[in-house]
Amino acid sequence: MNIKQTNGYKAIADGIWFKNPTFVMVLGICSTLAVTNRVANGIAMSLAVLFVTVFSSVTVSLIRKIIPHRIRMAVYTVIIATYVVIADRYLKAYWPDLSQQMGPYVALIITNCIIMGRAESYASNNNTWLSFLDALGVGFGYAFSLLVISVVREILGFGTLMGYHVMGQNWTPWLVMAMPPGAFIVLGTYIWILRSITKHPSGENL
Amino acid sequence: MNLFTILFASLFTSNIALSYFLGMCPFIALSRDIRTAWGMGCAVTFVMAVTAAINWPVYHFLLVPFHIEYMQYLSFILVIAVSVQIVEIIVERFFPVLYVNMGVFLPLITVNCAILGISLFMILRDYSFIEGVFYSIGGGVGWTMAIIAMAGLRSKLTFSNIPEPLKGPGITMIIAGIMSLAFMGFAGIAGL
Repeated sequence: MNIKQTNGYKAIADGIWFKNPTFVMVLGICSTLAVTNRVANGIAMSLAVLFVTVFSSVTVSLIRKIIPHRIRMAVYTVIIATYVVIADRYLKAYWPDLSQQMGPYVALIITNCIIMGRAESYASNNNTWLSFLDALGVGFGYAFSLLVISVVREILGFGTLMGYHVMGQNWTPWLVMAMPPGAFIVLGTYIWILRSITKHPSGENL
Repeated sequence: MNLFTILFASLFTSNIALSYFLGMCPFIALSRDIRTAWGMGCAVTFVMAVTAAINWPVYHFLLVPFHIEYMQYLSFILVIAVSVQIVEIIVERFFPVLYVNMGVFLPLITVNCAILGISLFMILRDYSFIEGVFYSIGGGVGWTMAIIAMAGLRSKLTFSNIPEPLKGPGITMIIAGIMSLAFMGFAGIAGL
């Protein structure tokens, strides 16, 4: 059987490219914009979101038949919050500097609509293995978008990449790129570029 | 800190939508017309003030004495989920007109990161109870202001010729960037 037709391949490819959570679905924007001023922060955030998405999707999928339908959102929230607390404690213990810089945005993963969206629309009615692949795809898609945004912002805003100077001595940093307006403008430009390439139907339906 | 400073800073210099990126999903999705933006803004402001006023005592009188501060995320999100339910029931029972206008937005608010964000920032900055309440009201009104301004700008956009792939979220992001740049002009007046 052609690999491109399997459900697993579809789950991963959709997450990374065709339904990229940031550029195509435009979900979970808060953390995307807030932590991308440096590549290191972006990577830490991506790993935290990947961890929480994978584990909460698998958990929801495992117990999907015993969650009462009416209170399912509250149950998902508690499951997600539990994994976020684990990720936050881990960051605080091993990378206190990064944890300090990202402030409350790690905690705000709880209300990240990407994770809730995967739990509600995929993990709640698919088996555990497919939910795992789907969460992996979405997590990598999120990591990909954070990486490309933070590379542009760090190089233009500070003249560095992962803390190393890459732009030479005479480079004048574009301060605005390191500040909130830069985040909005870079993300807007990426959405424009990606939708031109993929010919995604315009966002008026969003 | 002066209460007026907190209120002013949370409205303008540290606007939660434009400089802390909180509540971005509804900010993008519901800013297409002014009426919807206004309804969502009122619901957010109201729930924000109520939950901040509940979360402050929960943290200081329940979590701190037992040294379980790391449980704050879990307890805050539970407080938010429960109070959104209660607010919805009360509004539906006693203010039916308001419920028709605001009701559809209430369930969405549980997963609005601005609500949780305000409570977390309030704890992080060691505000007293009164300061926290002022901060949450300022934050809510500031968010409402930003989303209404965005809705006003986007209603003008229907007449302009925007490239097809940039329509919708793309142009909204770029407008938000320019608005954020404008709000940075207040930066020298008061800061948090």
